[in-house]
Parts: sequence; structure tokens; C-alpha cells
Amino acid sequence: MAALARSWATKPGIGRVALLFWFGLAILPLVGSVWDSPSFDYYLFMGQSMLIYAISVLGLNLLIGFNGQISLGHSAFFAVGAYTAAILMNFGGIPYWATLPVAAVVCFGAGFMFGFPALKLEGHYLALATFTLAIAVPQLLKHKSIAGWTGGVGGLLLDKPDPPFGLPLSADQWLYYLCLAVAMLLFWIVFNMLRGRSGRALMAIRDHAMAAGTMGIDTALYKTVAFGISAGITGVAGALSAITIAYVAPDSFTLQLSISFLVGLVVGGIASLPGCMIGGAFIVVVQNSSQSISDWMKETFSLRYDVPAWAIYGTLLLLLMFFLPNGIAGGVVAVRGWLARKFR
Amino acid sequence: MEFFVQQIASGLTSGAIYACVALGLVMIYVSTDHINFAQGEMAMFATYLAWSMIDAGVPYWVAFGSTILVAFFSGLFIQRVILKPLETAPVLALVVCFIALLSIFNALAGMIWSFTIKQFPSPFPRVDIFGNGLVSAQQIGVVAVTLVMLAILTVFFRYTTLGLAMRAAAQNAASARLMGVRVSWMLALGWGLASGIGAIAGMLVAPIVFLDPNMMTGILVYGFAGALVGGIANPMGAVAGGFIVGVLENLVGSYIIGNELKLSFALIMVVGVLLLKPAGIFGRVIVRRV
Repeated sequence: MAALARSWATKPGIGRVALLFWFGLAILPLVGSVWDSPSFDYYLFMGQSMLIYAISVLGLNLLIGFNGQISLGHSAFFAVGAYTAAILMNFGGIPYWATLPVAAVVCFGAGFMFGFPALKLEGHYLALATFTLAIAVPQLLKHKSIAGWTGGVGGLLLDKPDPPFGLPLSADQWLYYLCLAVAMLLFWIVFNMLRGRSGRALMAIRDHAMAAGTMGIDTALYKTVAFGISAGITGVAGALSAITIAYVAPDSFTLQLSISFLVGLVVGGIASLPGCMIGGAFIVVVQNSSQSISDWMKETFSLRYDVPAWAIYGTLLLLLMFFLPNGIAGGVVAVRGWLARKFR
Repeated sequence: MEFFVQQIASGLTSGAIYACVALGLVMIYVSTDHINFAQGEMAMFATYLAWSMIDAGVPYWVAFGSTILVAFFSGLFIQRVILKPLETAPVLALVVCFIALLSIFNALAGMIWSFTIKQFPSPFPRVDIFGNGLVSAQQIGVVAVTLVMLAILTVFFRYTTLGLAMRAAAQNAASARLMGVRVSWMLALGWGLASGIGAIAGMLVAPIVFLDPNMMTGILVYGFAGALVGGIANPMGAVAGGFIVGVLENLVGSYIIGNELKLSFALIMVVGVLLLKPAGIFGRVIVRRV
């Protein structure tokens, strides 16, 4: 893991591959202007979801991958972000873009508060406490005392925003660019944070908390702030999802959501920023193609039953833990290193 | 007053089930130091197996016994095949594995038996025995099964060589190995026992909450709370904790916060115990040497 961090943490500036990658993402929606297809809006929506999941995984990765605190409760912060945006838009009449910073601040606060008890918990116990949080949240959101604000079980319906300044974009194209801009901003912030003093402190705490403390790092402060920032990032993703889907409901923020973040994290690569993008894309692809994967498996292995997406996720998690514990990004780094040694 | 007694009685019934789940968790914690997030789904899966057998015409107690056996061996199998290679892996890898198992069992159950709710028979009649509408034979039966199980486990751990070997392996693996205990197999045995106990919990709870692939999620959280309240390293404490959580949950639910916030109550309890008294009421404080 340390080697993984070293590979980019010590180099100045953003790599060429990363720049090319973001540029590619930025011109993708323009394909719609040339290739006129009714399914294009759907692909754009998938792109938005991928970016949103990538941001959530980024938040989780900051906490798990770089700071070593395990959270199974990030669906809760995602929910807080989504509901913050929805309530502000619905009742406060606040424009959708202004809800994003508010969601970030609210979720930072929530994460910071949860970070305090988390300080005393380590490893399995922290996983346990956050697991309980993920299970409790949907029920909490449905409660009748706040149903006036949250819409109870039915949730809240929102308006899909139109592109501003008369830009010649469709609503979905505009939302894609919104997600992309937010994603770029957050990745840039995290990238810079991790390369500096605070990033080294976070990783030192992950590798050996006591040694880090001896070196003069305020471990308690760093851990709570890391929890807060992580929750804030995931909360922004939640707000974006509320805006793009234009609907929030308690049952979309279950433990399963937390597990899909974890799947994205493990598939993409623990403690890897490009891994977050890979993970985000992966979650959406599996979710959208689970039916065809299931059909394919039924045919090839002549199964009698449908294969649900969760069975695929679970099996994949196990296989990755055994054969590729650093995820796809780790695999790429390893292959590159092997090639470099081979053709030196 | 009658309502109060009724709440206590039904609290004890659900407490007995939480105690079973907590016992399974403690079993795995004591033997391997891990918290098994898949405990609930494994129990649910075993309960479906029992349902299939009963549905096919197998008598209840035969199905009950064979399900426990199957669960025991699949627990053993899971430890040997999936967790043994990860014995020295970091915590995150283990948590990911448990979450993976949870997803797989949940999906498999939905895949094989569908997500529609099923009725599960109870071996105990639903008559009330004292004739005052307070306590049913069903409730007495559930509590009795839990207590019998606790007694068997206590005897097993205290008075048999195998139980002693298991305790030794958990407390000091290196010394136990030097004494000729096959430590790794003791861990597997712990998993098997936990899985069997989980199956019993599942079969006890299914007649009450009905059988569906998500039935154990909430119960698992209460099981966690029970195990933590009593002390996660102590079987007797876990059972007591389970009963305490069951009764508290019912009283708090019906008098203070209402039924919709019961899971949040469990969350508060879990976080509260972990913060204020991490060793639980009956647990020993473990001091770590650096």
C-alpha cells in the first residue's frame, strides 16, 4: 500500500494520463450532438451515476484507504447529503447548485460528530458501530416526527434543473457537466491534501497510530477531521444524486448502498485515487447489466435460477481479497512494474 | 400493569433470540477475535434449509436437528476454505470477506427461495399456560431452548478436554500450539459451533417474524448490542446481555420512543456501550501490551 502511495505522492503536478482522462470525460457528452440516439440520454445518466459513485468512493477511500478507519455507514452520510439538498430545494427555494456546499458542511459536521466516538473504536468495533448506523438510518428517515420535512416513506420529488445562461445543452448533458466539475474539484482537493503534510500524517496514522503520535501528530484531531472530510465528500455525492435523480426516498439509503461503496473501493483499489473512478464506473456497470450477466451465467452454467447482482458483488469481493487485494488500480501498477523490470 | 408484564414477557422472548445470536457472535469472537457480520445471513440461510425440509414432509425435530448439523459443517467449511488463508490478513480484508459472505447468502436465499414471505412452523403451541393471557407456551419454549443451549455450552467449555483446548487456543495460541492443541482447527470448530447456534436462533425467530431473506438484519443488530452489553468475550454475559436488550427494547419501544425508532435505539446502545464500557457488564478488561 505504501508503495502505491509513493508512486504518485512524490511526483510534482498531475500526471499526463490523468489530464487526458479528465479531458476525455469532458468531451464525451458532445458525442450526443453528432450521434443522435434516443438511448444517449440514458448513457449520460449512467455517466452521472458513475461520477457520483466515484465521489462517494473517494470519500470512503480517504477514510479507509488513507486513514485506516473502516466505515460501513457511509450510506448514512450519503443520505444526509441527499436530504439536505432535497429539503433546501423543496422548502427553502434555494437553487440546486447552492445546496452542494451546504450538504458538504452539514455532512462534515455529522461525520465529525460521529468521528468522536469512532476515536475510541478500532478495527472490527468501528466497522460494527458504522454497520449499525447504516441499518438504523432508513428507519430514522421514515420517522413521523420529521415526515413533514422528509416526506416520510414516500420521499420527496424534486424538479430537474435546466442548463443556465441559455447554454445549448440538454438537461442531462448539463447535469453530467455539473457532476464532472464537482468530481474534478473534489479529486483535485483530495489529491493535493494527500500529497502534503496532512496526507502524510493521515497515512502515518493508518500505518502505526502510536508511532505517529510519538512523532507529534495529533492523532485524535486528524482522525476526527478525516472522518468529517470523508463524510462531507460522500455527502456532496448524495446531494448530487438527489439533484440528478430528482427524487429522494429512505429506502435507497440502506446498508446495500454502503456495501456498494465498499465494492467500488475494493474493486478500484484501496488507497488509490484512480481506483475511485474505476470503482464508481464498476458499480454502475454491474448494476445496469446484472440482468444480462445473470442471463449469460444461466446459459453458460445451465443454472436454474437468476443470479442476483449481490451474489456477483459478494463473489467478486471474495475473489479480489484473495487474488488482487489492491484492486484493479493495484493490479495495473503491479503489471506496469513487472513490464518495467522485464524491458529495462 | 398487565400491559407492563406482557411487555416484559415478550421482551424476554425476543431477548432469548438475541441471546442466541449473541452466543454465535461470542463463539466466533472468542475463538478468532473477529466480529462476524454474516452471522445473521448464515442463520437465515440455515432456516430456509429447515423450511425446505419441513415443506418436503420431514418431521419438525428431524429437520431441526439435521439443519443444525448442516449449519455446523458449513460453518466449519467456510472457516477452512475462506477464512483460513486470511488468518493473518489485516482487519479490512476480513470485514470485506464478512460483508461478501453476507451479500452472497442474502442473494442466494433470494435466488433459491424468492423474496416472498413464508410461514415457518413453531414446535411450541401458541396456548397460554397460566390462563391469564400473559405468557404463551411458545415464549416459554424459546427461552427454554436458549437456556438449555447455554447450559450445554457451559458444560462443554468447562468440563471437556475439547472445550479446554478451544479456550486455550483462543487465549494464547502459541502456548496452546506448544501443548499440542491444533489451534487452527479449534478456530474452525468455533465457526462451526457459531453457525449451528445461529441456525437455532433462526429457527426460533422465524415463526415470530416470518421467513424472508432480510429477516435477520435487525435481529443481528440487537444480537450485537446484546453481545456488547454482556461482554463480547463471555458466553454467559452475552446471554444475559441478550435478555437485557430484549426487555429494554420492548419497554423503551412501547413507553418512550415508539416502535419506529427501535433500530436507532439499538444504534445508541451499541455506540454507548462501546464508548462507556467497552468490555461490557460481565466482561474482563483486556490490557494490551505494546
